[in-house]
Amino acid sequence: MIDVIKARWFQKYRTIKYPMAPPPPLPERFRGVPVVQTQRCQKECDACIQACPVQALERMPGRSCIVTDLGRCIFCGACQDACPSQAIFFDRDHRMSTDKRGDLLVSQERQLPLARGMSDAIHRVLGRSLKLRQVSAGGCNACEADVNVLNTLAWDLGRFGIQFVASPRHADGMLITGPVTRNMASALQATYDAIPTPKIVIATGACAISGGLFRGHDACLDGVHGIPVDLFIPGCPPHPLTILDGLLRLIHRLPADEPADRDPQGGF
Amino acid sequence: MNNKMRVTSNLSAVERRQIPRHDMETFRRIVAEALSAGQRVVSFFGCKTGDAGTTELLMVLADDANSTVGLLSTVVNGSRFESMTPACPQLHLFEREIFEQFSLRPEGHPWLKPVRYPHGDMPAGTGDFYRVEGEAVHEVAVGPVHAGIIEPGHFRFQCHGEEVFHLEIALGYQYRGIEEALGNGANPRGVHLAETIAGDTSIGHSMAYCQTLEALAGREAPVKAQVIRAILLELERLANHTGDLGALSGDIAFLPTASFNGRIRGDFLNMTALLCGNRFGRGAVRPGGVGCDLEYARAKSLQKALAQGMADVRNAVELLFDTPSVLARFEHTGTVPASVASAFGAVGPAARASGVAQDIRTDHPSGFFRFAQIPMMTCDTGDVYARAYVRWLEIQQSVRFIEEVACDLPDGILRTELGPLRPDHVAVSMVEGWRGQLTHVAITDAEGRICRRKVTDPSFHNWSLLAYALRNQQISDFPLCNKSFNLSYCGHDL
Ligand code: SF4
Repeated sequence: MIDVIKARWFQKYRTIKYPMAPPPPLPERFRGVPVVQTQRCQKECDACIQACPVQALERMPGRSCIVTDLGRCIFCGACQDACPSQAIFFDRDHRMSTDKRGDLLVSQERQLPLARGMSDAIHRVLGRSLKLRQVSAGGCNACEADVNVLNTLAWDLGRFGIQFVASPRHADGMLITGPVTRNMASALQATYDAIPTPKIVIATGACAISGGLFRGHDACLDGVHGIPVDLFIPGCPPHPLTILDGLLRLIHRLPADEPADRDPQGGF
Repeated sequence: MNNKMRVTSNLSAVERRQIPRHDMETFRRIVAEALSAGQRVVSFFGCKTGDAGTTELLMVLADDANSTVGLLSTVVNGSRFESMTPACPQLHLFEREIFEQFSLRPEGHPWLKPVRYPHGDMPAGTGDFYRVEGEAVHEVAVGPVHAGIIEPGHFRFQCHGEEVFHLEIALGYQYRGIEEALGNGANPRGVHLAETIAGDTSIGHSMAYCQTLEALAGREAPVKAQVIRAILLELERLANHTGDLGALSGDIAFLPTASFNGRIRGDFLNMTALLCGNRFGRGAVRPGGVGCDLEYARAKSLQKALAQGMADVRNAVELLFDTPSVLARFEHTGTVPASVASAFGAVGPAARASGVAQDIRTDHPSGFFRFAQIPMMTCDTGDVYARAYVRWLEIQQSVRFIEEVACDLPDGILRTELGPLRPDHVAVSMVEGWRGQLTHVAITDAEGRICRRKVTDPSFHNWSLLAYALRNQQISDFPLCNKSFNLSYCGHDL
């Protein structure tokens, strides 16, 4: 017993103060949202579009502007490496979650509209206590691991009233990871059906949002379809801070009026 | 060189026509002889041939004592061949896989079922399960969706009261078609897909993937890149072993170490992110080298973080192993004797915990491990305690290794251009990931395009050990035994 107390003393108090204080620093080489600054582009070179392994970049029809689909992006940096004129910047902002799939399309002309979270009616019911069931439907265990991290003492998700539970019957919603393999489709649907309404669905990671790297594979269904999604958290995998930010926005624990400006010059 | 098999070493590409092709009878005899002489099956898989109705079966054997790898093949005409599993149990899952992928029936296989249910005609988890009949015998079915934040799989227990007589593990829910996507020419998603074969082994699998390409191109990554790869591989081991020790103590409700290690695991992941920006090492290993530099200042920060991480984990883990109630739960639980481990072809810490001395970094070193050795750690009791303790020993070795090399990096470039792949070659790449030996075998066609890639995650070798470990255990010990292996579902299902 005395050893446990000594160890506890040695390990100190490590739960982060966020959101009451600034979040822990992101890695210096963290890749946030990529934006193509087309004024720097060589005329229509398209090198980034071709380099992207998941076809996340697209030129707007008839325009020079290039749109990034954060729902597909795996934040690999291949576009930046391929760019001959250093026109692509990754910002260093962990905030990326949105309410709608379409909101994940960003460009130099369109900033990311961050999630506003539950409707007030739902918030009255679930806002102070949200129990989630996690289903991995082909997830590679990276998204799962960084969701799990939120349950460690460093992040202590429980302090926000959010908890992962062992049965869909105890849940108010579901957090889905993975591209939804054919072999998991029915188990995913059954889990969804077993959750009492009203229910919240969160698609976490490029796979769940769009199929990610497995988009187009016969074995997968290109992410969540046929189940209404309330929150999209992009990333491959998303940083724990990105996931936490999304969850906190969902339950209105972050000020909705904070400045949404992102720093385009950040990154490396 | 002998006429039984083409003997080569880890990471070298050989011409396909130099691989001896035997008739089935001779093939079986050579394999049986090699296995009884102590070799292991690294991989066994089918390949299409030019002729419809025939399939080539290729086997990769490892001779750990001599640091060599042997390749041999046979061709099956028609739709059946005689199973080798009854004599060589370590082939049982490989033969089931061949059955599923090539519709070749291994006659006499004791438990022939699909592995991943890839065709959609039969949902995963269906089919017959082994059943024990009798009074007071009951069946417990768990999954595919599990209680925690964890991947899906199905477990079917045959129990007598609390005691488990038999456990059958049915997987395939995570099947994403990775092997097919990587085995068909140059896929622009290639290295990214390799990083997601098992997300917790991004470094291990992307290393194995890149090394096959390098071997096929006849190039090596620059020395500096090899050192950075080795550091990343050990960081991956540190994060996962630390997490596993925490999870093990969570499963026996010893909460101090469970809480401490959950956090410290994150600290190790952040060290990987210090190098490459991503906690799982995405973007770190690239064909021909690495995608991130480790400059002197960064190496200094890494060393500092590592020293802190090690102090924390030492404190947390020593507390774990000094607590008698922990030892009472770990010892004699889920025992796998050495004979069983080697019969099933066990790999990694699970094998070493049963006293099977085998580690790719020592036996078949590649990259920087040819110059800097990490001593192999073993235990001999084969129980949960041994699997936990081997991890702790390996944590200490990995920290020592990184401390020694991180600030002493050679100068030079980070990546070399690969150039074209040599046509009609086969390359075998084995890497000691944190779960154990992971293998990629890549084959090129006459144009130098990849025409087949076989990926074998350590979990593919080890899932049967978990089933064995549960025999005559209390069913309530399943989570503990399961965590002591902590196998990958997606790495198995691909
Ligand atoms: S970071 Fe990678 S996935 Fe994202 S847009 Fe750039 S190339 Fe595509």
